[in-house]
Amino acid sequence: MALNLSKQDWLLFLGFALVVLTMPITLQPLGAAYPALMQKFCIFGIFALGFNILFGLTGYLSFGHAAFIGIGSYAAVWMFKLLTMNALPAIFFSMIVAGLVAVVIGYVALRRSGIYFSILTLAFAQMFYNLAYSVLTPLTNGETGLQLTLNDPRMLDNMAGAATGGLPRVELFGIGLSGGGYAGFYFCAVILILCFFFAIKIFRSPFGLMLRALKSNQNRMRYTGFNNRPYLLAAFVISGVYAGLAGSLMAVTDPLAGAERMQWTASGEVVLMTILGGAGTLVGPILGAAVIKYFENIFSAFNEQTLHRIFDFLPDSIENPLVSVLSLFVGEGWHLTLGVIFVLIVIFLPGGIMEGFRRLSGLFNRGGGGGKPAVASHPQPAE
Amino acid sequence: MDAILLQILNGLDKGGAYALIALGLTLVFGTLGVVNFAHGALFMMGAFCAVAFNKLLTLQSVTIDPSQTTPWGSPMEVRQPYVEAWLGESGKFLVDYSVPASILLAIPVMLIVGIAMERGLIRHFYKRPHSEQILVTFGLAIVIQEIIKHYFGANPIPQPAPAAFRGTAAVGEMIGLGQGLPYPWWRLIYLAFSLSIIGAVFAFLRFTTYGMVVRAGMRDRETVGLLGINIERRFTVVFGIAAVVAGVAGVMYTPILPPDYHIGMEFLVLSFVVVVVGGMGSLGGAVLAGFLLGILQSFASMNEVKAIIPGIDQIIIYLVAVVVLLTLPRGLMGRAGVMEE
Amino acid sequence: MSSFIVTRRGLLRTGALSGLALAAPMHFVRGAYAEDKMSCNVPTGDTVTFGFNVPLSGPYADEGQDELKAYKLAVKHLNGEGDGGMLPTFSSKALKGNGILGKKVAFVSGDTQTKADAARDSAKRMVEKDGAVVITGGSSSAEAVAVQSLCQDLGVIFMTGLTHSNDTTGKDKKRYGFRHFFNAYMSGIGLGPVIGEAYGADRKAYHLTADYTWGWTQEESMKAATEKLGWQTVKTVRTPLGIGDYSQYITPVLNSGADVLILNHYGKDMINSLTQAVQFGLRDKQVNGKQFEIVVPLFSELMAQGAGEAIKGIYGTANWDWKLTDPGTKAFTQSFGKEYGTPPSQAAHTCYVQALLYADACERAGTFYAPEVIKALEGFDFDGLGNGPTLYRAEDHQCFKDILVVQGKEAPKDKFDLLEVRKIIPAKDVTYDAKIFGGDLGPADAKTC
Repeated sequence: MALNLSKQDWLLFLGFALVVLTMPITLQPLGAAYPALMQKFCIFGIFALGFNILFGLTGYLSFGHAAFIGIGSYAAVWMFKLLTMNALPAIFFSMIVAGLVAVVIGYVALRRSGIYFSILTLAFAQMFYNLAYSVLTPLTNGETGLQLTLNDPRMLDNMAGAATGGLPRVELFGIGLSGGGYAGFYFCAVILILCFFFAIKIFRSPFGLMLRALKSNQNRMRYTGFNNRPYLLAAFVISGVYAGLAGSLMAVTDPLAGAERMQWTASGEVVLMTILGGAGTLVGPILGAAVIKYFENIFSAFNEQTLHRIFDFLPDSIENPLVSVLSLFVGEGWHLTLGVIFVLIVIFLPGGIMEGFRRLSGLFNRGGGGGKPAVASHPQPAE
Repeated sequence: MDAILLQILNGLDKGGAYALIALGLTLVFGTLGVVNFAHGALFMMGAFCAVAFNKLLTLQSVTIDPSQTTPWGSPMEVRQPYVEAWLGESGKFLVDYSVPASILLAIPVMLIVGIAMERGLIRHFYKRPHSEQILVTFGLAIVIQEIIKHYFGANPIPQPAPAAFRGTAAVGEMIGLGQGLPYPWWRLIYLAFSLSIIGAVFAFLRFTTYGMVVRAGMRDRETVGLLGINIERRFTVVFGIAAVVAGVAGVMYTPILPPDYHIGMEFLVLSFVVVVVGGMGSLGGAVLAGFLLGILQSFASMNEVKAIIPGIDQIIIYLVAVVVLLTLPRGLMGRAGVMEE
Repeated sequence: MSSFIVTRRGLLRTGALSGLALAAPMHFVRGAYAEDKMSCNVPTGDTVTFGFNVPLSGPYADEGQDELKAYKLAVKHLNGEGDGGMLPTFSSKALKGNGILGKKVAFVSGDTQTKADAARDSAKRMVEKDGAVVITGGSSSAEAVAVQSLCQDLGVIFMTGLTHSNDTTGKDKKRYGFRHFFNAYMSGIGLGPVIGEAYGADRKAYHLTADYTWGWTQEESMKAATEKLGWQTVKTVRTPLGIGDYSQYITPVLNSGADVLILNHYGKDMINSLTQAVQFGLRDKQVNGKQFEIVVPLFSELMAQGAGEAIKGIYGTANWDWKLTDPGTKAFTQSFGKEYGTPPSQAAHTCYVQALLYADACERAGTFYAPEVIKALEGFDFDGLGNGPTLYRAEDHQCFKDILVVQGKEAPKDKFDLLEVRKIIPAKDVTYDAKIFGGDLGPADAKTC
C-alpha cells in the first residue's frame, strides 16, 4: 500500500500514535493507566473503528456486530490450543474466519436496508449466540467458556519442544502478552495504530467516497448504472474483520472466549461508542470507546463513601443531599450516567463528541477574529 | 397427541405475550412512524407497577416480641402488614389478588408515562432518521431501566398469582379430551387476557370514530390534517394506549416470570423480530406473527424435533425471521413503502 | 460495579482527584523491588487487600450478596472487631485478631454478574489496579474455573466461593486455586442411597441440566449414582443459564414416562424451574403407578426462601447448614445473625471460612509470598469451622469433610426454618481418589505482576 497520505493526515496519524503510545503516562492522573483498562481502550477502539467503516460511511446500522467479536475470540483460542501460543497466527486466523462469516452474513443481510438490515444482522448474531450456548458447545464450551488446557495439542510449540510447566502464556516471539503486564497493552496499541492507518486510507480512498455517496443517496447511484452491492459487502466484510481482530486481541490478552461477548447488548454497546464519539469521523469512535470503557471501570468503582470523601469540604446540609443525588449516577448506577449522556448527545449533538469539539473550535476561531474555517486536522463527518 | 396439544397451548401462551408487546410497538410505528426501542422498558415498568402495588399493600408494622428469640439470641421481630391489620380478611384477599388489582394502578401510570414520553421526547424525533429514533429510545430505555434498578434492585422479585389460580387446570377435561393435559391456571388466564386486549384494541380502531381517524392518519397524515382534525393529539393518545397495552401485559406476566429491571430488553429483541416478521406497521401481522413464532418455538423445543435438528429450539425464531425477510420483503402482512427509503 | 471501603489505594485515588497525583506509578515501581520473596501484590504498606469477586447481579446474585456479607464479617473478625466469630473455635490458633502478620485487612469488591467474562474482568481489575493479594468468591463454577485459571496466570491465590463442579478441583484444578466447598461427585455419593430408600429402586429419571461445567458434572454424578440404584435415565436435557421461563422444557417431561425429575439447576434458575414444575402439576402426578418426585441435588436456604411452598419435601445436599450444633457453626450463626438479622447461607459460610483459611495460612507461613502460602494450605488439617475435621488435600486442593443430605421442611416453625438435615455423610465416605478426574495443578512459581 502506498503511503501517500496528505500532510494533514500524517499529522493526524502521528498525533494519534503518540497519544496511544503515551497512555501509560498521560492517563496516570485519571487513574486509568493500568494495562487491563488500556488494553480495553485499544480493543474496543479497533471494534468501534471497524464498525464505523460500515455505519459511519454507509449508514447501515448493524445490530449484530458482536458476533464477529465472539467468532474472532473463539478462532484465536482454537489456534492457541491447536497450533501455537504465538499471537500472530491466531490473529490472522481470526481475521480470516471473521471475514468469511462476514461475507456470508453480509451477502444475505445486505439484500435489505434500513431496519430490515438491522433486524437481519441481529437475527444472525442471536443465532450465533444461542448456538454457542447449545449445540456448538463442543466448539465453544458453552457458558464455561473456551479455555486452554494442559493437554491441548499445540502442535507447533510441541514440535519446537517448548518446555511447559502449567499453562503457557500467549506470547510474541518470547514476550508474554497474556496474564497482565504492559507487553499486552503495547501489542494492542500497535495494532490499533495500524488499524487507524488503514482506516485513514479507506476514508480517503475512492472506495470511501463511493460508500459516502451510497449513504447520501442509494437510488441516484443505482440510476447511474452502478452496482451498490459489492461496495456495501466490502465495507461490511472490512468492518467484520476489524471486529474479528478485536475479538482475537481479547483472546490474546486473556486466553478465554465466552459467548457473553456475542450477546446483542454487546452489539448495542459498539453502536453507543460510535455515536457517542461521532459516527463517520475517524477519531470519534475510538474516543467514544475509551470514554465508555473508562466510565465502566472507573465510575462504577465510586460509591457513596468515595463521594462523601470528595465533597467533605461542603457543609453537611449541602453534602448529604448532593451525595445522595450523585450516588444515583455512579457505582452500580453508572449505566444511568451513560444513558443520560447518550440521550443528550443524540438530541443535541447528533455528531457526537467530535461535533462538540468542532463547534467549540468554531466558537474559538470566531472569537479570535481569525477568518480561517475550522477544518484543521479534524476529519469531516460523512454527511 | 397430548404432547402436541400441550405444546400448542404453551406456544399460544408465549405467542400471546409476544403479540401484546408487538402490538403496541407496531401501533406506534404505524401511526407515528417512530421505531421505539423503549417499548420493552414500558413492559418492564408495567411489571414493576405490580411489584410496587404489592409492596404498598404489604407494608408492615414491626413489633418486637420479647417472648420469642431468634437462633442467634436477639428478640424476634413480628411483622404484620398494615392492610391486614386494618381490613382483616378482606385485606388478606386484597394482598392475594394484588397482581390483577395492580392493573388499576398500571393503567393511569402507564398512560401518563406514555403521554409524557411522547410529548417530551418522541415528538421531536418524528422527522429525524430512524437510526436516530432507535438510538434515542435505546438511551431512554437504559435510563428507565437504571432508575428501576436503583429503587428495586437488580434481582427478580417474584409475584405470586392469587392462590386460587396457582394450581393446574385439567384442560383435557374442559375440552372433552378426557384425562390429562394439565396446564397452569395463570397461563390460561394470561392467554385469555392477551386475546381480549388484542380484541379491544382492534375494536377500538375499527368501530370508534376516534379509531377511524387514527387509521386514516396512519395512511395519510397530511390529508387528515387538512380536514381540520387535530391528528397530533390523537397520536399522543395512541402512544399512551400503546404504553398501557405494554404495561398491563407486563403486570399480568409477573406471576409467570419474576420481573427484574432487564426483563423489557429481553422481550424487546424478540418483539422486534415479531414486528418485522409481521410487517412493520401492520397490526394484524404483528398478532399473527406473535402467535406463529410462539407456537413454532414451542414445537421446536419438543425432544422429538430436537432429536432431528439439534439446537433448533434456540434459533427457530431468528431463522424464521431471516427466511421471511428474504422471501417476503415486507413481512407477512406489511404495506408497501414502509421503511424502504 | 464495585465498592470501596477505605483502602490505602482508594484513599490515594481520591487524593489524586483532589490534586495529589502521586498514587498511580505502582506498576513501574513494582518491578523495581522484585526480590526473591516477591510474588504478585505482596503488600508493602500496613494494610493487606483482599479482592472479593462475587455475583451481585444475574441468576446467582442472592448467593453473591450473602457471600459479600460474610466476607465483610470475616474482615471485621480478622481485624479484631466484633465477637470474633469462628476465630476462637478454629483449631489453628495462628490468627490473633490483629489483622494478618500485623497488617490490617482491607478489601475491594467487584460484581461478576454471574458471567465468566465479567468475573475475569473484575478479578483482573482488582489485581492490577487495586493491588489485591488474594481473590476470593464467586457462586458459579463457570466463574470459578475462569477466574482460577486467570489467577494461575497472574500468580495470585484464588480461594473459590460456592462452586460445586467436579472440574474446579478436577480437570481444571490449578496450583493457585483452593476449594472448601464440596462437589457434585460427593453429592451423588451422599444423595444416592437416601433417595433410593425414599423412592425405591425402580424409577425413571428425567434430568434438566444447567448447560455449563457444573451442570454437566452434576448430571454425570447423579446419573451414575441413580443408575447404581437401578434407576433408568429417560432423558437429559440441557437448558441455558438464566432463561427464566422453563415451560418449554417442563412440558415435554409431562409425557416422557419419567417419574422423577432431577433439576440440576441452581440459584434463581432452580427457583424458577422448580416453581414452574410445580405449577405444571408435576408433583400431583401419578406416573407408572408411582407418585412423581422432584430431586434438586444442590440447594440452599436462600433458594428455599425463593421457592417457598415448592421446596417442601424435596431432597438435596448441602455443604453446611446453620442448624448444625457444633461450636463453630453456633459461633458463626450467632455473629452473622446479630450483624444482618438472617442466618447465614452455605455460600456465606464457605466464603467466610475461605477468607479465614487464607489469612491463617499467611500467618502460619509468616509471609504473603504466594508459593509459601500455597505450601501452608496444601495438606492442612483443621477443625472447628463448622464441618468437623477437614483436610485440604494437597493433590487437588479440595477440602474433604462431612456433607449433608437435606430435605425441604413440611411444617417450618418460622421463615428461617426451611431445611431439615436428614443425614450427615461422613468425610471418609465421600473421599475419592484424586486421579479419577485427571487435571494437573501446574507450577507454584511466583510472578511479579
